Amino acid sequence: MTAITIRGLYVRRGGKLALSHLDADIESGRVTGLLGPSGSGKTTLMRAIVGVQVIERGSVRVLGDPAGSPQLRRRVAYITQAPSVYQDLTVRENLRYFARILDVPPQRIDEAIETVDLGEESDRVVNGLSGGERARASLATALLGEPEVLVLDEPTVGLDPVLRRDLWSTFKRLAEDGATLLVSSHVMDEADRCDELLLMRQGRILEHATPADVLRQTDAQDLDEAFLRLIEGA
Amino acid sequence: MTGGATGATALRVLTQLRRDPRTIALIVGVPTLLVILLRFVFDDQDLVFYRIGGPLLGIFPFISMFVVTTVTMLRERITGTLERLMTLPLAKLDILLGYAVAFALLAVVQVTVVSVAAFGLLDLRVEGSKIVVVALAVTNATLGMALGLFVSAFARTEFQAVQFMPAIVFPQILLCGLIVAREDMARVLELISDVLPLTYAYDALARVTTGEPLDGRFVLDLAVIVGAALLALVLGALTLRRRTP
Repeated sequence: MTAITIRGLYVRRGGKLALSHLDADIESGRVTGLLGPSGSGKTTLMRAIVGVQVIERGSVRVLGDPAGSPQLRRRVAYITQAPSVYQDLTVRENLRYFARILDVPPQRIDEAIETVDLGEESDRVVNGLSGGERARASLATALLGEPEVLVLDEPTVGLDPVLRRDLWSTFKRLAEDGATLLVSSHVMDEADRCDELLLMRQGRILEHATPADVLRQTDAQDLDEAFLRLIEGA
Repeated sequence: MTGGATGATALRVLTQLRRDPRTIALIVGVPTLLVILLRFVFDDQDLVFYRIGGPLLGIFPFISMFVVTTVTMLRERITGTLERLMTLPLAKLDILLGYAVAFALLAVVQVTVVSVAAFGLLDLRVEGSKIVVVALAVTNATLGMALGLFVSAFARTEFQAVQFMPAIVFPQILLCGLIVAREDMARVLELISDVLPLTYAYDALARVTTGEPLDGRFVLDLAVIVGAALLALVLGALTLRRRTP
């Protein structure tokens, strides 16, 4: 089933086109990786999907409703690249606040803390945490409401390999339970873990296929090489 | 809007403040020390101390809450938490009212401490009701907070935000009648002071301090303060955008 439908999307940021004539369908129950060099429009596309981006033209529909509709605010969760949690609150206090807004039971707080493995740090003020711990605190807030669509902008940057593996299996599990995950990354070794890949370049989608198909089409050894070939062929 | 989200926001802002005891100490301590200083400056001029001290009690919260709100709200905008809140099921009014409730409570603490010092230790006298002075102080705090929320949209950095204090608060203090009676000012200045909300806040406070009857003019003062606070809140709400370029 298609969870996110994008048609003819144009977005202008700072005077220049950040996205131009972009079409995409993102399936539910799958982890879709959004890959591309920095400046290719990944964040802009994610912002358009969660409805915080002013768009110039085109349509973005999420779960059947226009992106950013009030009824979607409970069903869609978004985390920005820079951890957006209150620096002067503890991890638990942050989660408690967002849990109250989302009106979810308090035990979800403990579950979310456990998922991102912040049990030891849960009562520490965010300010004193490392970059990776802050990113996990931010990610935990997105997991609170058991959203149907999760839009995660580089959630695993700066995390150690073990934790990255665990988080990717969490993403997989959520997708198996029916959620739609759109996860951006600029690390190609993470692309392997996705069910689908959206490769972006200069505000356009270069390719939308499974990792296996991308490799087959380009006759490449790994996704890094495949991406290079796609860019050169474009 | 939901009561739950407003309450949660107020609680969150209060928790953030509690994390920063030095700021609370400054908010409560600085006005207290200033009132003590004022007492010594007008050591043998009791009447001048009464005339300035009473209204000043009600103006301090306006200044403090203006500054604190401007910076706190700017932080929300810069750190991305505001953008996150905009993707969540809470109304803009939940954010604004949450802030209003939290800062009004902080104002109550501030006014209580400063009042105890001024009335108890420094023998400040007001002719009217002290409770009304305190109530006006909290109302003024809300006005300062609402203005702070609004102007925070025009600052990009905390340095800029702090400069709004002298830019927006100082002229109002100079013109409100506290330093020179408004009718003794140049006509142009008097006309300008007519449209500044602090003029009405000062007038209401001066009336209570000098024991004038709380008549129609006092009610007008109150209406202007509340009206200006509501207007600033509405303008502040307009600066909270769900979608940004």
